[in-house]
Amino acid sequence: MGNFKYLTNGLIRENPTFVIVLGTCPTLAITTAAINGIGMGAATTFVLVFSNLFISLLKNYIPDKVRIAAFILVIATFVTIVDLVMKAYTPDLYKSLGIFIPLIVVNCIILGRAEAFAQKNDVIPSLLDGLGMGLGFTLAITLMSSIREILGNGSLFNVRLLNENAATILIFVLPPGAFVTYGLLIAIMNRIKLKYNI
Amino acid sequence: MEYILLIISAVLVNNVVLVQFLGICPFLGVSNKTETSVGMGVAVIFVMSLANLVTYLIQNYVLVPLHIEFMQTITFIFVIAFLVQVVEIILKKSAPPLYQALGIYLPLITTNCAVLGIAILAVQKDYNLVISVLYAAAIATGFTFALILMAGIREQLALTDTPRGMKGFPLSLVTAGLLSLAFMGFSGIVK
Repeated sequence: MGNFKYLTNGLIRENPTFVIVLGTCPTLAITTAAINGIGMGAATTFVLVFSNLFISLLKNYIPDKVRIAAFILVIATFVTIVDLVMKAYTPDLYKSLGIFIPLIVVNCIILGRAEAFAQKNDVIPSLLDGLGMGLGFTLAITLMSSIREILGNGSLFNVRLLNENAATILIFVLPPGAFVTYGLLIAIMNRIKLKYNI
Repeated sequence: MEYILLIISAVLVNNVVLVQFLGICPFLGVSNKTETSVGMGVAVIFVMSLANLVTYLIQNYVLVPLHIEFMQTITFIFVIAFLVQVVEIILKKSAPPLYQALGIYLPLITTNCAVLGIAILAVQKDYNLVISVLYAAAIATGFTFALILMAGIREQLALTDTPRGMKGFPLSLVTAGLLSLAFMGFSGIVK
């Protein structure tokens, strides 16, 4: 039970997307279809878990002055692994996520967790923290991409919900829709937090 | 003509922040005041052009001849971090007034995903050296343009009475959405 709180922390109370507002670039860019949300979330979670694990293991050997460079090296290694694996096994997803796969390396959530959590904590809590944060991120961007796909495209996970001729609000899958959806979702989260004092 | 089209496309049609979603963090973080956004913009133009110059050389004279293109992400992020440090040191020694003006913005640029993103995009698009640097400069100009516009709007918005839940990020994001909508008007000028 003691370690369980590290896992749930990232899901709601410190949700990286809606509460801390980190990693905004992929959140806005790839959330045009729900499947992209899952793919990006899985890739980021993988990198988060392994970078947290390794940084926690190496924390006593990394000199304080070069720690940021060392963290980036660890993160970039796992991003390269994800990049190569996705290119080989999920070429369609790789194509639709495009430039944002290599850019996981500059996703502030990952460096943020390394700096704020993994370098100060033991292996198991760091691992769970990475997993919780990753799942929180995945849930958030999947929710956001589902909303955008339903409103903008009339489908969910590429399954049509409306008939072919039904009018959809196209703007939601275009860039302006990303900003507005994200802004309103954070506003709803703020409202809930104010009301229930979380 | 080719160059002019490239510049129009990079600054307006495919604006890096509002259409391609790169560099959102500084866009939301530094757009409180017009003055600071000008400083940030100039620093980004400088670093981005330099970063594309160096990453082009590394890609074509180190990574490709050695067949280690898969090292691109690691190499580029280190080159950019290194470059930002070097620029900071050189400016501090040789041009103190400029350093005073740009100083605080330089370290922030390492985490600007637009710098890495544009360096990788330029490689993917197979640009030559001149076009690659020009592309980076134009993209960074687009970034600066969006940043200054946003700062102008936010200076006015700070004086208005907004609902509690909308304060901060939500309001900035919705504003950015409206700006992005305005920029969509440019699509179709260049294919």
